[in-house]
Amino acid sequence: MSTTVEPATAGTAEPISIHGQAVRRGDRIFRGVSLFAGITILVIIGAIGIFLIWRAIPSLQANTANFFTTSAWFPDQTPNPVFGIAALTFGTLFTAAIAMVLGVPVGIGIALFIAQYADRRLASTLGFVTDLLAAVPSIIFGMWGLSFLTPHMEGLGQWLNDYLGFIPIFRNDLNQYSKSILIAGVVLAIMVLPTISALSREVLTQVPRSTIEASLALGATRWEMVRQAMFPFARPGMISAAMLGLGRALGETIAVALILSASNVINWHITEPGGNTFAANIALKWNEAGPIGLSALIASGLVLFAITLVVNTIARGIIARHAEFRESS
Amino acid sequence: MSISRTVRVVAIAMLGGLALAACGSDSGSGSTGGTIAGQPCQTGSIKASGSSAQKNAMAAWVNAYQTGCAGATIDYQATGSGAGIQDFINKQTAFAGSDSPLKDADRAKADAMCAAGPAIDIPMVGGAIVLAYNVSGVDTLVLPANVIAGIFANTITTWNDPAIAAANPGVTLPAATIAAFHRSDSSGTTDNFTKYLKNAAASAWTYDSGKEWAAPGGQGAKGSDGMANAVTSTANSIAYMELSFAQNAKLAVASVDNGGGAIVPSSDTAASTIAAATVKGTGNDLSLSIDYTTTTGYPIVLVTYEITCEKGGDAANVPLTKALLTYTSSDEGQGKLAAIGYVPITGDLLTKVRTSVSAISS
Amino acid sequence: MSTTQMTPAPATEPALHDLLAGRQLPRWAPLAAAAAGIVISLLLNLISAVDGVAGTAVVAAILFVIFQTGWSLRVEGRRHAVDRLATTAVYATFVIAATPLIAVLATVFVKGIKVISMTFLTHSMRNVDTQGPGGGLQHAIVGTFQQVGLAALMGVPLGILAAIYLVEYTADAKSSRLARAIGFVVDVMTGVPSVIVGLFVYSAFILTLGLPRSGFAAAIALAILMLPVVVRSTEEMLRIVPRELREASLALGIPRWRTITKIVLPTALAGIITGVMLAIARIAGETAPLLLTTFLSQSFNYNAFKGPQAALPTFIWDQFTSGTQASQDRAWGGALVLITIVMLFYAGARLIARFTGVKKF
Repeated sequence: MSTTVEPATAGTAEPISIHGQAVRRGDRIFRGVSLFAGITILVIIGAIGIFLIWRAIPSLQANTANFFTTSAWFPDQTPNPVFGIAALTFGTLFTAAIAMVLGVPVGIGIALFIAQYADRRLASTLGFVTDLLAAVPSIIFGMWGLSFLTPHMEGLGQWLNDYLGFIPIFRNDLNQYSKSILIAGVVLAIMVLPTISALSREVLTQVPRSTIEASLALGATRWEMVRQAMFPFARPGMISAAMLGLGRALGETIAVALILSASNVINWHITEPGGNTFAANIALKWNEAGPIGLSALIASGLVLFAITLVVNTIARGIIARHAEFRESS
Repeated sequence: MSISRTVRVVAIAMLGGLALAACGSDSGSGSTGGTIAGQPCQTGSIKASGSSAQKNAMAAWVNAYQTGCAGATIDYQATGSGAGIQDFINKQTAFAGSDSPLKDADRAKADAMCAAGPAIDIPMVGGAIVLAYNVSGVDTLVLPANVIAGIFANTITTWNDPAIAAANPGVTLPAATIAAFHRSDSSGTTDNFTKYLKNAAASAWTYDSGKEWAAPGGQGAKGSDGMANAVTSTANSIAYMELSFAQNAKLAVASVDNGGGAIVPSSDTAASTIAAATVKGTGNDLSLSIDYTTTTGYPIVLVTYEITCEKGGDAANVPLTKALLTYTSSDEGQGKLAAIGYVPITGDLLTKVRTSVSAISS
Repeated sequence: MSTTQMTPAPATEPALHDLLAGRQLPRWAPLAAAAAGIVISLLLNLISAVDGVAGTAVVAAILFVIFQTGWSLRVEGRRHAVDRLATTAVYATFVIAATPLIAVLATVFVKGIKVISMTFLTHSMRNVDTQGPGGGLQHAIVGTFQQVGLAALMGVPLGILAAIYLVEYTADAKSSRLARAIGFVVDVMTGVPSVIVGLFVYSAFILTLGLPRSGFAAAIALAILMLPVVVRSTEEMLRIVPRELREASLALGIPRWRTITKIVLPTALAGIITGVMLAIARIAGETAPLLLTTFLSQSFNYNAFKGPQAALPTFIWDQFTSGTQASQDRAWGGALVLITIVMLFYAGARLIARFTGVKKF
């Protein structure tokens, strides 16, 4: 905000004008129109919240179970609808967590590779390609994940069970390895990679040349330079990149709906089939939902909306605290 | 200036794209005017939505109708029965396709929407729900109702379980874990399948029937296509799906034994079960009650209804809706079903269907 | 860091170089370590301690890391060993990430190219047997262009004006507070899942106002989705317009709104167009909101305001879930067309950025 241009005539809101009245009217109108556009955005987000709440209320009133602690999803059951978001919250956070654990280091690694390790000409091409991949629609990732990745991931699931099965989350009691939370998490990780790497690369390439050279001149190895000179500078940007990726992972719909063996249960065994997310649940249950079912889905959408709100607020807070990043961009 | 050049290039590219997009043609052309299946052609366009189980049947009918009557456009969107009924109630569509008759709460709203008359359920497409499996070395499989319930309730977990072996003498069953798939999305197919389990195997199936899968265990897959894919790609798996999907994926399907011997699922064996269903609706409403315990026909069937206003539908939609349903219930319309994996409505029931369709008016 | 290494040693010392730069591994060391890793992994494969191509590759990679790091640790010391490990990790992340991403593109291309033909590109699915081969997707291309075009018509002016407000009209304390609120909301909107926006349009426009599902309803959802991207990129572009330009113009007595429309916007135009095209590329492939807001059609419909209209994502969804080989082939063909269109937009945006020298993006 501090970069905003002050009018040349500081102190008075109106510019000194030789045309007088007409100018001020033109200015007022233009200002009004752009203010209206800004307010419209506020209104849209408000309307989203209000409509979701309004449409969610009927199902929340009809629900005979605790909305937050129930896993089952039978909203159209008569006379006693039963539904809750416990399993959805778990599945959403768990798949997003897997996506983050895999996607953030790799995404930052790619960014580092392009910004620092790769040959310059190669780097610009690679940058272009990773950016292109950010534009691949999610339905295509879903189709690919279902028809290509899922069969190729079963071996990994089996291996994890065989050799790391003593760690509870890798144990697989069913001996079935497809359509698991792990696979959904991996696909999400692949989907958020371009986002994370593109934004991280952006900030990593902005690290001043002088800082890098000073570090190397002091005898730092390349890795020490990266850790001590580049990362501190780029950290807020990388965090916001990760948060944007997280947002995408939390709300991803079609790909997860296609890949996951959606069942509303809480299962810590990530290689076993099962689990569900907010967004996938909406896509999967919308088609057969009655009035209460639809309202229940909207209620779950409201929770997802709230979660993304919180995530974004946190991200913004982090970035605001590193104000130097704002100024450098 | 480079900027104005940029703008010009972008504008030209966009216009080019639009121009390219505007010169297409519809596939296939129809004759103009005339009749179809003895009925005069209606023109105009209607929308309908609902059951995905009848998607391919409806597509075949729509194609045939549009080919015969070039002035008609019918868009059927397979949103799912629930969304189809909501669309119908919200006046988005001319009729809804549904795998189960209107429920009371929906019926009241649908009746209110049809100003002058009730909304009626007209059975139009039958389907057999088959148990497709992928077990190497097992070419034929017979499953009694209790065993099916046991497999899907997760009480029978291996292929060489004594209960399965007893029904399949002479078949070598592997000692592998059964991967039983159910629908992860809400589905009328799940509803009808669990109704069968509840009626035919009450002792082994203690869960409720419904569009959502209620039993523990097993794996989920989205849509009948997802089920077929899952069985194809998973060894030792079994899943329930409409006959046409199993045929398209070339999957082995189990015969079902309700106590009167094994019955192979087919259009014929399922048609007799549907024809024997009793009508529980009143007047022109033909909601059916299916005897899932039958021992003479293939017992796991579903019936897709077209739901529309008997009287008082939107006057702009009624002529084409009625003409389409007249066509679909004609011998020519029903005759298309068996070849694409569906089950035709036959016998007295078909006569009743035609009576109901002829009663539709605005 | 440890300055002792940098201290010049007496010239008589034999290992002068070692003292100056530290002892280093020979240039061929990574190659040697890699070769050793691969050979041992293959041997392990032969005695079946390791099986499968993937397993062998993973074991070889692990052995390479152990050999190189261990060797470096002995010869070069801990710091350089860590550096080599990090370099390997960075290269590895690139390979790890490139593999699936290239696999996605390759899969779509190989599976999609099979059905691409003039017929496929210039016909609709009207009167085509969905279970058999044939038909095309031009009706869906038309729908996508119209829906995305309408979304851009609504979203772009709104977004640009809002960005102008955020950058140009926030001098006093009150508007600066409002601008902060709007900025926050824009950031939040960036993260709102598309399915939520679809639900909103469905519940507000279709359930509440009783509008029919249509291409226009989808365009509203898409406009909301592209709005934050347009605002953010335009804002960035306006901020890098030098303040001297504005000041010069204002000092000449030119009113602020003329300054913005005649000086600031044209200067930032190339960057704004880039941002808009990136936003369009982002929304063109959105599926979830379209499923909730449009009514799928198999026929051409050139009127997005009336009647059912297909779009590429819904076409792909419909064909992919129809369950026959022919329909799945069409779905992959549709995916290839969609990716191509989206990537053309993306590439176009980058080219504009490159030729007009916009630094951002």
